[in-house]
Amino acid sequence: MSTDIEQALRTGPNDAREQAAAAAGRLTERIAADGLADVSYAPIDSPFGTLHVAVTRRGLVRLAFPEESLDAFLERLARKLSPRIVASPGSLDPVRRELDEYFNERRRDFDLKLDWALITPFARRVLRMTAAIPYGGHLSYAEVAAEAGSPRGARAAGNALGANPIPIVIPCHRVLHSGGGIGGYGGGPDRKRYLLEMEGALTPRRL
Amino acid sequence: MSSGPPPFQRFLDAYRDDVWRFLVASVGREDADDCFQETFISALRAYPRLRADSNLKAWVLTIAHRKALDVHRARAHHALPVAEIADVADGAGRSSSPAPATDETLWHAVHGLPNRQRSAVVLRFLGDFPHRDIAAAIGCSEEAARRSLHEGLTTLRKELPA
Repeated sequence: MSTDIEQALRTGPNDAREQAAAAAGRLTERIAADGLADVSYAPIDSPFGTLHVAVTRRGLVRLAFPEESLDAFLERLARKLSPRIVASPGSLDPVRRELDEYFNERRRDFDLKLDWALITPFARRVLRMTAAIPYGGHLSYAEVAAEAGSPRGARAAGNALGANPIPIVIPCHRVLHSGGGIGGYGGGPDRKRYLLEMEGALTPRRL
Repeated sequence: MSSGPPPFQRFLDAYRDDVWRFLVASVGREDADDCFQETFISALRAYPRLRADSNLKAWVLTIAHRKALDVHRARAHHALPVAEIADVADGAGRSSSPAPATDETLWHAVHGLPNRQRSAVVLRFLGDFPHRDIAAAIGCSEEAARRSLHEGLTTLRKELPA
């Protein structure tokens, strides 16, 4: 019978899992409400599938396409920003709303604050230039490089665009090859084409 | 490379069940949620200073153990009559049939143990702590920790029906 008690102690209280999950949910809400997390993230549905999106106290810091695993997404944020990361759908409400409006063609410009912490100084010049390209417009890699004052030219600008941590919102899809080719895209060329067609920058099948 | 801890959300996902079970066993369902919140808020504050090779489970249960002790100290201070505590806890459980050692009666008995005995029992059986770590968490010698664990189990065997 002594082993029965030891066994019961080891088994622990009934119904613990559901209650623990509920308690953890209350915890992350409180952490977000009190501003105790350095990074908050949530999944956001989109025509491309589920995006993972993260914000800091400064603003939107990361938007990941569905191919990036949640683990890789979180590990990278923990290493580069802070391990104080919690899931907090409520903190991402403004981002979710603006992305929904954009994909439903009810929004042309994002009003979201951005956190540039994951962007190197050179890439920052390139991406600031890119962020200024209006909805429906496009520039070539060479034009962006020249405007960013890039001594390293179009290829360096292309690398900076490829490493864009906040695609869609920083519209790197609006930078194309000067010869008319669509060029590369972190989320794949089909998505780049989708966005450009939606914005009316391409007539379907021109490229 | 980085030697920091994993993303906090992953840490919470991995240990929330252990911490919850530990706290229900230590203080009961009524107080478990407050302790749970305080445990992980404390953990979050200290979190970036942790090393990647820290024993995260032992670390967070040691924090939970301190929060649970605070609850028992506060209870001792307010000296609620025993019957009243039992009423509250019964309300959360199933009907009080005379079944042997139901979930609630077991945890009642654990809550009623003296602090050291209860600490030793929950750290050993819910936290899976070796005697050395129980001693460190309680702040006593390993020999004293063994004795408290033995005394705690003896008390439980006496109080609970076979």
